[in-house]
Amino acid sequence: MNTALNLAIWLPLAGAVLIALLPSAERLARWIALVASGLVLGLAVGLALSFDRQAPAAQPQFITHLDWIRQLGASYFVGLDGLSLPLFVLNALLVFLAVLVSWKTQQRTRAYFALLLVVETAVAGVFSSWDLFLFFLFWELELAPMYLLIGIWGGERREYAAMKFILYTVGGSAFMLVGILLLYFNSPVKTFDMVAMGSQPYVGSLAGLIWLLVFVGFAVKVPIFPLHTWLPDAHTEAPTAISVLLAGILLKMGGYALLRVNFGLLPGATRQFATLLAVLAVVNIVYGALVAMRQSDLKRLIANSSISHMGYVILGASAAVAGGAAGAMAMQGAIFQMFSHGIITGLLFVMVGLVYDRAHTRQISALGGLAARMPFVAVGFVMAALASLGLPGMAGFAAEFLVFAGTFPVYGVATILAIGTIVLTAGYMLWLVERVFFGPQRPEWARLPDASRLEALTVAAFLIVIIGVGVYPRILGDILAPTAATLAARLAS
Amino acid sequence: MAAQAWIIAALPLLAFLIIAAGARRSPLLSAWLTILAIGAAALVSLIVFGQVTGGTRVEQSYTWLPLGTGQPFLVGFQVDSLTATMLVVVSSVSLLVQIYSLGYMAGDPGFARYFAFMALFTFSMLGLVLANNLLALYIFWELVGLCSYLLIGHWHERPSAAAAAKKAFIVTRFGDFGFLAGILFLYWHANTLQISELAQKVAAGQIPESALTVGMLLIFCGAAGKSAQFPLHAWLPDAMEGPTPVSALIHAATMVAAGVYLMARTFPLLEHAPVAMGVVASIGGFTAIFAATMGLVSTDIKRVLAYSTMSQLGYMMMAIGLGAMAAGMFHLVNHAFFKAMLFLCAGSVIHLVDTNEMPEMGGLGKERPLTFLAMTVGALSLAGIVPLSGFWSKDEILGAAVGSPILFGAALLTVFLTAAYMFRVIYLTFAGPHRGQVHDHGEPTSMALPLVVLLVPTVASGLIGIPALGSPIAAFLEPGGAPAAFNPVVAAISLLVALAGIGTATVLYSGGKMDRSHALQTSLAPIHTLLVNRYYVDHVYNWIAGGVVLGIAWMADNFDKYVIDGMVNGVGELAVGTGGWLRRAQTGQVQAYAWTLLIGVVALAALALLPLGLR
Repeated sequence: MNTALNLAIWLPLAGAVLIALLPSAERLARWIALVASGLVLGLAVGLALSFDRQAPAAQPQFITHLDWIRQLGASYFVGLDGLSLPLFVLNALLVFLAVLVSWKTQQRTRAYFALLLVVETAVAGVFSSWDLFLFFLFWELELAPMYLLIGIWGGERREYAAMKFILYTVGGSAFMLVGILLLYFNSPVKTFDMVAMGSQPYVGSLAGLIWLLVFVGFAVKVPIFPLHTWLPDAHTEAPTAISVLLAGILLKMGGYALLRVNFGLLPGATRQFATLLAVLAVVNIVYGALVAMRQSDLKRLIANSSISHMGYVILGASAAVAGGAAGAMAMQGAIFQMFSHGIITGLLFVMVGLVYDRAHTRQISALGGLAARMPFVAVGFVMAALASLGLPGMAGFAAEFLVFAGTFPVYGVATILAIGTIVLTAGYMLWLVERVFFGPQRPEWARLPDASRLEALTVAAFLIVIIGVGVYPRILGDILAPTAATLAARLAS
Repeated sequence: MAAQAWIIAALPLLAFLIIAAGARRSPLLSAWLTILAIGAAALVSLIVFGQVTGGTRVEQSYTWLPLGTGQPFLVGFQVDSLTATMLVVVSSVSLLVQIYSLGYMAGDPGFARYFAFMALFTFSMLGLVLANNLLALYIFWELVGLCSYLLIGHWHERPSAAAAAKKAFIVTRFGDFGFLAGILFLYWHANTLQISELAQKVAAGQIPESALTVGMLLIFCGAAGKSAQFPLHAWLPDAMEGPTPVSALIHAATMVAAGVYLMARTFPLLEHAPVAMGVVASIGGFTAIFAATMGLVSTDIKRVLAYSTMSQLGYMMMAIGLGAMAAGMFHLVNHAFFKAMLFLCAGSVIHLVDTNEMPEMGGLGKERPLTFLAMTVGALSLAGIVPLSGFWSKDEILGAAVGSPILFGAALLTVFLTAAYMFRVIYLTFAGPHRGQVHDHGEPTSMALPLVVLLVPTVASGLIGIPALGSPIAAFLEPGGAPAAFNPVVAAISLLVALAGIGTATVLYSGGKMDRSHALQTSLAPIHTLLVNRYYVDHVYNWIAGGVVLGIAWMADNFDKYVIDGMVNGVGELAVGTGGWLRRAQTGQVQAYAWTLLIGVVALAALALLPLGLR
């Protein structure tokens, strides 16, 4: 299975190279992308199925550990644990679905699908790297193709959005790089091996500074208030499939890195900053929901709801420092929420894309009464909205429940504010549904076609995962629980 | 059979799934699938009920979510007397409402969708009463809320229906915020969410009373939202935008009673928290009279019944708060049957005149003698006239309130108001001449049959609680508890008060005349205005939602746009301005950037691979 992991990481890049080598393969490109991402999805599911749920959670599985830059202590070290496996699968799933969503792309298809595959390799690498140096390289590899995907295939203000995205993330990366280097040079173990670094964490005087430096890099990605304003612009201007990936997996890179690097390598400093994290999380949750409420653009609304929902990840993470049953629960909730938010917000952006493709507007006030003309799109949209507002039976509820339950005894007030926000979420989501889909039919939208068969299948795939995980959360919980408990216990000790 | 009681909920779920998977293309097939599944569920419920009366008890739990440390979160089902009672009530009323819907919804473009959602609702409601722990109960609790949302908004082209659906979901969710917090609060005090284990720990004194009080008050928030208790009541009258059979099943007989059921289910906890009990009783008593007054002035027949439902749910809450859990449940059962029937009667009338407005009705007894009969019997039962079912349960609640003069007074005044507004409805609808258009297309059997069937429990379901027969329901629900004694004085007083209410309505509205009531309205104009505007509670809510919350949201949005992004853009422009020479590099061509980046990536990759080659 170790080969399977390496294959899953590098296959998309190979696909991208293949597309680049076939100069006139505009139509073939999408098939290559479909096959490559489909294979990766198959491999990822295979890895998930063969993941040993009973093994000690402190060690990654499916390890490949090769010498690389021995002088630096950097190696090619990849593997998966209960934290990274769900996100690794999520990446494979969402890229595959993103290929389906972009099936009709006409503009520069070769470049588009090639870049999409590069993103897949980069993100897969981020989630599976156990070497900090390798991790950083994969992290940076994601930026350029994403910048181009927004900047070339985006909407009207794509250049502004793409530039904002790249400046924010490159700026964040600069902080992160300084932090990583400081950590490396001060660490008792002169290595980038994160297993070794985690087992002998650096506790020196610079720990707090390093923590903050890398935190800024990850906080941009999550995004955490006040570093979040690139997100609504990037989401709004990006093409549908790219919004799916942005919300679905790129934000998770931030949350994942926070848990892997800050929490895993600097547990002492994490304890110091936990309350700050909890405060920022609540600001994200409440502020994101409030801002979402006032948006007149469909995509901006969903983008701001993402900010709110990612706050739950941070909230759960912050409470994990308490250790014990509550800490483990909160940590499990944080990881669970990353998966849930990825798949749910992915679907929301697909649905918005379906509306936009037909109506050519994202202005909520211009829409209305669409349910009569597009019943399937309406049903899909309503279900995505319900999932987003945390309806039981769907993936979001299991995650939010764990976060609330775990955080409650640690940060009571923060939890109450977070639970209270479910009312706001219901408010803006149902108000959105009402304004777009309900009410009398409008003559200008009387000829909109409903979802095509391919679109319906894509939506169904999202819904199957959302409901499957929601009804039977053990499917994730069995994988997450031991890792979450180990992470939380290490933080608390 | 009781050991497989989950089948009862699974049957309607199966119907929903089959309809969603494709049967929806045939509306009639969808309807019959729903009816058959719910019919089967009703049958199994009866069998299970029989077994439970024979002493069978079942409890099964399954892991829902494993945790890294400690016991996993469980979900499961149980069958005891309370569950068995609810199973029979829910499945039988649902079955009758579905049959009625065959006729009522005929020709509706959303016919298949309607039945699919009805099946989903029935599944969720049966799941709710089967749930053996607070987490599972909450899951189904939210699902019934979802179905309520979907069915209130059945006619989604109507803006008022869409708005009412949203309002119902959000207002009840406000209560659920408390419910969820209460669940977590109890969890961290008792380390379990199993209701039976919670009850054991409470009985053993392992949970401090203060914690129990806070936890139960929070859980009551959820119950108050679902059961439309003040101040979370505002959604229920608007929910009447849904099709009338939906109002009968969800917004009268079953879902809205879920709040009462929740308090009955957690009664072993509640009874150890006297402060929480006091709050439950007070809110219930207040809602009873508060809602009844609004029922006096509404001209919409369904809204009058909705206010009545709120008021009666208040009665049940009051009973539970007073410690008379069995009396509350007894009234819940009776109310479910007669209120479902009253709503179906209203539907039959609305079918005839195409309006909910009673001033445009009048004289409909001629066209619908059966409806007239059923509605009158239902009204008498609701008013609490001996020997109909409502008399027995209402009396038991009044008897329980004897010790607290204020609540007793409120309850007695509510008896008067109830009788008055119900007979106002009867007179305005059926007496006198036609005041509006009548479009008689005849009434299908599917609509008449459920009325006839529901007449039976409306008359006779009181038998299950008659003290002279040993109060069977009390003995069933609370074995070993002291059976409520029949209090002839209370019974006589409440009968007289109810008759006075009927008399008042007769004086004002007999013969379907409205001139005397108009005169009264004019002389009491301020009070009438207050009641018609529902005590301005909705105004306050609209102001909070539209003014305060959206106002704060407006501030947050502008802060985001102008302060945070303003700084970002300012910094950007500053950089661009000072670094003018950099502009030559910024060709504005993304393709150019692309090449630059590509070269950079290749260089990086080469650098990264270099050591491998050197080795």
